[in-house]
Amino acid sequence: MDLYSEIILDYYKNPRNKTLLETANKTATEFNSTCGDKITIYLEVADDKIIQARYQGDGCAISQASTSMLTEKLIGLSVKEAQELKIHDIFQLLGVEINPGRIKCATIGLIATQKALKI
Amino acid sequence: MNYKNLFPIFSHHPELAFLDSASTTQKPQAVIDSISDFYSHDYANVHRGIYKLSETSSELFESSRETVKNFINAKKSSEIVFTRGTTESINLIAATWGEENIEADDEIILSTLEHHSNYLPWLNLATKKHAHIKKIPLTDDLTLDLDAYEKLLSSKTKLVTITALSNATGEIIDLKKIITLAHKFNATVIVDAAQSISHLKTDVQDLNCDFLVFSGHKMFGPTGIGILYGKAEILDKIPPYHTGGSMVVNIENDTPTYHAPPQKFEAGTPNIAGTIALKQAIQFIQKIELKNIQTHCQDLTSQARQILEQYPNLTIHSPKANNSIFSFSIEGIHPHDISTIFDSENVAIRAGHHCAKPLMEALKVPATARLSLHLYNTPQDLDKLDLAIKKCFKIFK
Repeated sequence: MDLYSEIILDYYKNPRNKTLLETANKTATEFNSTCGDKITIYLEVADDKIIQARYQGDGCAISQASTSMLTEKLIGLSVKEAQELKIHDIFQLLGVEINPGRIKCATIGLIATQKALKI
Repeated sequence: MNYKNLFPIFSHHPELAFLDSASTTQKPQAVIDSISDFYSHDYANVHRGIYKLSETSSELFESSRETVKNFINAKKSSEIVFTRGTTESINLIAATWGEENIEADDEIILSTLEHHSNYLPWLNLATKKHAHIKKIPLTDDLTLDLDAYEKLLSSKTKLVTITALSNATGEIIDLKKIITLAHKFNATVIVDAAQSISHLKTDVQDLNCDFLVFSGHKMFGPTGIGILYGKAEILDKIPPYHTGGSMVVNIENDTPTYHAPPQKFEAGTPNIAGTIALKQAIQFIQKIELKNIQTHCQDLTSQARQILEQYPNLTIHSPKANNSIFSFSIEGIHPHDISTIFDSENVAIRAGHHCAKPLMEALKVPATARLSLHLYNTPQDLDKLDLAIKKCFKIFK
């Protein structure tokens, strides 16, 4: 199965940036209603740039890997660039397209991020 | 016996091991045909037209009510109300009986096993009326704690609402004990028979429940049709739910007079084809016989347990004596990932909280994987289950 590539499983087992960010000034939580998973995104934004991104919350391999990869990508992006990220960008990070039934797993981190940036 | 060939879906998906019948069941040919036949031969609105076709349609519609009445052994067919499904049936009771009977400080007892559809309507009503929800807990062996239930009962108990068969753990509930005890305190009892209706015999007079609800689509029938059974003397007293066409006898000076039950609760044009097809679903069950369905499913349940118990890192969240439904989790693998990997092996299961968040809280897990069995499942389906579990361990080694 392509979905469970070594890289996705690696991010699942060894998630990057999975910790509380004390200096966060933008944060939001998103739920996956079908399984009850919950992801909280912490962003530190200064001069319209994301200088630090972290997350917390447990979930499936897809939600953990996509959110973890996303936090890495977010660091250094402008707020506008982060707001313009689309599902396709997440597929690119994961290196695989996700079936409709699992889209929410793949995008939960992105939705939380864009929610945080709106506040 | 192999019942798979009675269900056309499997001729289109011969490799499919459909282990998600607690969510919805597949449909036999007779049910599928009845929908097309009805629209082709007999379709018109019911209870309105003074012409032959409408009379035929009305007769078919009412004969379905008679079939349901006999299937659950109600006293009268007027005790059978057609709804959209179990969820609507329970919301109907909450909005009518509940609105009139639940008062401040009253207590509503329900179990930790309840589906959200038998929890949220009561939670909302209790909040609105300043009443209280009391949940029957589970014992350590994951069965409903009936001793704790007895202690919850008091003169404050107005309602006991309970599943007959847990959609998440597969436990068969001792309804008779629960109902008898509730009635000692003059509490009204609702039975959610959504899961049990196509597995276990249902006799409302023997149970002596006040209401019983279920859906067509979990008993080989179509979606969008459900049943509310209520004792005649209760249905007579409670107000209508939806108002509109065909439920009113007369309106003069802005004062409506409503029909007697069941029409009082059936405003608007109903799901006529679905109702008529439900009769076919019931006749299908009657032809196979519930006792044969039960034996078939119990055999498969034991086989499934043997498979699941082979794996030390797999936890079963169902009690020992479960019927057709297993919740389980695998250490280190999220239920969504289990489900996706199973799907790659053509095994369809459910992953999530199964609309049973109070149970997930009690089990201290966010979600589980759930497999559920029915008539069309075979030992070969369970071989696929075994392979799919092995694949999960291989990928997440």
